[in-house]
Amino acid sequence: MDMTRIRPDEEVKKGFAARFHNWLYGAEDPVCGHVEMMPQKEFIEEENSILERQKEKEELRKHIYDTEHNREIRVFRVFYKVMSVIFCISLIGVLLVTVSNLPSVGTAERPVNNEVSARYIEKGIQETGAVNIVTGMILDYRAFDTFGESNVLFIATCTVLILLRLDGDSKQKEDAEANDRIYEPKNDIILQKIARILVPLIIIFGIYIILNGHLSPGGGFSGGAIIGAGLILYLNAFGFAKTERFFTEKTYKWICFCSLSFYCIAKSYSFFTGANHLESGIPLGTPGAILSSGLILPLNICVGLVVACTMYAFYALFRKGGF
Amino acid sequence: MRFFTYLCLGFLVLCAVSVTFSKNLLNSILIFMSYSLVMSIIWLLLESPDLAITEAAVGAGVTSVLFFVTLKKIHAIKREGDDGHDQNKTG
Repeated sequence: MDMTRIRPDEEVKKGFAARFHNWLYGAEDPVCGHVEMMPQKEFIEEENSILERQKEKEELRKHIYDTEHNREIRVFRVFYKVMSVIFCISLIGVLLVTVSNLPSVGTAERPVNNEVSARYIEKGIQETGAVNIVTGMILDYRAFDTFGESNVLFIATCTVLILLRLDGDSKQKEDAEANDRIYEPKNDIILQKIARILVPLIIIFGIYIILNGHLSPGGGFSGGAIIGAGLILYLNAFGFAKTERFFTEKTYKWICFCSLSFYCIAKSYSFFTGANHLESGIPLGTPGAILSSGLILPLNICVGLVVACTMYAFYALFRKGGF
Repeated sequence: MRFFTYLCLGFLVLCAVSVTFSKNLLNSILIFMSYSLVMSIIWLLLESPDLAITEAAVGAGVTSVLFFVTLKKIHAIKREGDDGHDQNKTG
């Protein structure tokens, strides 16, 4: 009998389920009417308390850095001075001893006078196919060093990325962009007109230096640096909105990844065949032609791409903390 | 030619010393830039044009630009308009 009783409406309204339903759908605000709401008062500190606070701070500082009465600090300062002098003198001594033990100039058993440099000059063109001996040396005989250099650049960019990149927080990014607008000249007409003429020339010159690295002075690193400088000029003149159309973080990642892995694979192949006395099957071509000297041209392009992207990325990260 | 080489070397030493004694950070960057340019000329005189190109692009170009951006970020370079009264702060 009791279970089938229909509860009156008012009782239902006061029940937990109905109140929960109301609270969930916002039919009635539980705070409204019970709590008085008003704007917060502005916090104004009294002058006395400010003075007191500053006085306390100063006293604390005086107590901590009290050099006249604090013996530990005095001892530490003397110790610090003495140790720094000792350290400097010992460093100078170590360096001087090292220099005095270097092989003297002009003797026959100096490491400079070995057969390697003579061989580079005599057989460089024959073995590498590059007219520019310097490029033949750094990208063929010592390609492993150059690979390490490119990796160092990539790692340096990663480190700068870790240090200077702004996180996904959109507020911080907006602040950075606003700040960027304040400090950089936007729509500067002189800069834009000059950049419109100069940037293509600079970039074409950089490409020329990269592609002719095995024929004339230059190579991947210098050409890449020139292209990077051209990109920085373009960015300064026209802003991030224009550069982001063709160069973003994703582009940077993929270009670096592809270049470095191509370098690694190509050079691993050539080292492997060379160490095992196999025919590498890479034609050297006639020295002096643009398509010659085997792997040097593609390796130059790889190094140039990595360096150009790195220069641009450095600038973008320093300026805005992202790109 | 020999005289020109000595002139370049002397200018190099002058630049290197005056960078450390310059009170204004902006000036020291400009001196550093000219140091790199002279250095690239000296590389040319030493018959290594590869290094000269790299020195001119990296030393005089990219590094100085990075210095400028850094100084701007830490507010060490004055903005246009408020020149004069806080000249000493930039040193």
